[in-house]
Amino acid sequence: MGASDHASKQYDVDLDSIRSRVLQMGGLVESQIRRALEGLGSGDCAALDEIIANDHKVNAMEVALDGDCSQVIVKRQPAANDLRMILAITKTVTDLERMGDEAQKIARMAKSIHERGGAHAAPVELGHASELAISMLRRALDAFARLDCASAAAVIRDDAGIDAEFRSILRQLITYMMEDPRTISTALEIVWIAKAIERIGDHAKNMAEQVIYIVKGTDVRHTQKLDL
Amino acid sequence: MSAPETFMEQRTALAAKAEVRQLDFYYGDFRALKSISMPVYERHVTALIGPSGCGKSTFLRCFNRMHDLYPGNRYSGEIVLQPDNADLLARGVDPIEVRMRVGMVFQKPNPFPKSVFENVAYGLRVRGEGSRRRIEEKVEQALNDAALWDEVKDRLHQPAYNLSGGQQQRLCIARALATDPELLLFDEPTSALDPIATSSIEELIHDLKQRITILIVTHNMQQAARVSDFTAYMYLGELIEYGVTDELFIKPAKKQTEDYITGRFG
Repeated sequence: MGASDHASKQYDVDLDSIRSRVLQMGGLVESQIRRALEGLGSGDCAALDEIIANDHKVNAMEVALDGDCSQVIVKRQPAANDLRMILAITKTVTDLERMGDEAQKIARMAKSIHERGGAHAAPVELGHASELAISMLRRALDAFARLDCASAAAVIRDDAGIDAEFRSILRQLITYMMEDPRTISTALEIVWIAKAIERIGDHAKNMAEQVIYIVKGTDVRHTQKLDL
Repeated sequence: MSAPETFMEQRTALAAKAEVRQLDFYYGDFRALKSISMPVYERHVTALIGPSGCGKSTFLRCFNRMHDLYPGNRYSGEIVLQPDNADLLARGVDPIEVRMRVGMVFQKPNPFPKSVFENVAYGLRVRGEGSRRRIEEKVEQALNDAALWDEVKDRLHQPAYNLSGGQQQRLCIARALATDPELLLFDEPTSALDPIATSSIEELIHDLKQRITILIVTHNMQQAARVSDFTAYMYLGELIEYGVTDELFIKPAKKQTEDYITGRFG
């Protein structure tokens, strides 16, 4: 199912344009997240500043896409799969914008840690959770592009993994903080970063749920059922 | 066709006013309707949608035996009307009797070249109602039911053609209502009306379904989605999909239906 073959070619053009700009927005958000996490490792403050400054681009794309979805609704009164696509996109761009905010948050925390010279950093492993979050986002976008329910379902299932990682990171950080109170301020910043990664996973899961809604017309939000 | 079960669960008092069984219709040798079976639920609105030439108006006109007016037309199958379990299409059934029970409103308002009053009184006179008082009561009631009384009560004896398009259409609805029909057929009733007049007709359909069963043909998909409880999609004389309107426009079961309602058709 694509946007193609409407009796109105302009309708096809409008829907195709919206779909491809959602993917473009997704690409920008993915790069923001990845670079923020790299900046956390490298301490490259110029790169972190750039990420913080770039968030407005993500916001602008959300506003533009929502406006275009409103135009389709008012001009075409979409029904069935077109309606589900437009509804899903308005929700997906909200999730992408929030992920953009999380990337900005990670960059801010990373900057603050490194500006203090990275002293008393608690050596917890964020790499695995980070990779999982980025992979969930990439696969959610891919599932959206291909309208692939099976990979969307896999993304939804992966969210539990990130939640478990977050709890494990929290336990480690608590241990460090109890042993050496000087680690507390940095550890708290790492908690915020870990929470941001966990939230990115939640948003990717939401996006994957929307893919299933587009394809099947089934609303799987807030349910345990994924009998695809 | 599978019964719309979720809807049935919500509304326990769902009863079929009419049951269409294996209906075929021929214009001479041309088979315009192909083995159509579906219920028409009492005191609900059923919409018929489909591209031009799909047979929806042909189907609608079977319900009041409109096709009898032309030679060479032929029905087969049944349209069983409740509560008396009578097949409208059976030989020996008087089409005039059928039309008393099954009223019709057309695409273009078609009042008779008579006064407002006489338009509504017409069906009553055909039925043999002689009492002036009874006729006056019925006319007022029908005009009230068609949400037109307040606008025409002071000019009942003026020509119906003096009314606006929307008023003329409501007059035609009043004319159909005067004989207390059990089933009302609407054939694109708002396609010649402006948006305000369209809204008032839609509002009226919503009020009328509290007591009358309604079948409506419309090219306007949003109208079908707004006014109907059940929708039937037809194509090339066949019933492709029948279902609960709220589901059919969001998640149709058949790809053909989806292509049509999303404008991918043709």
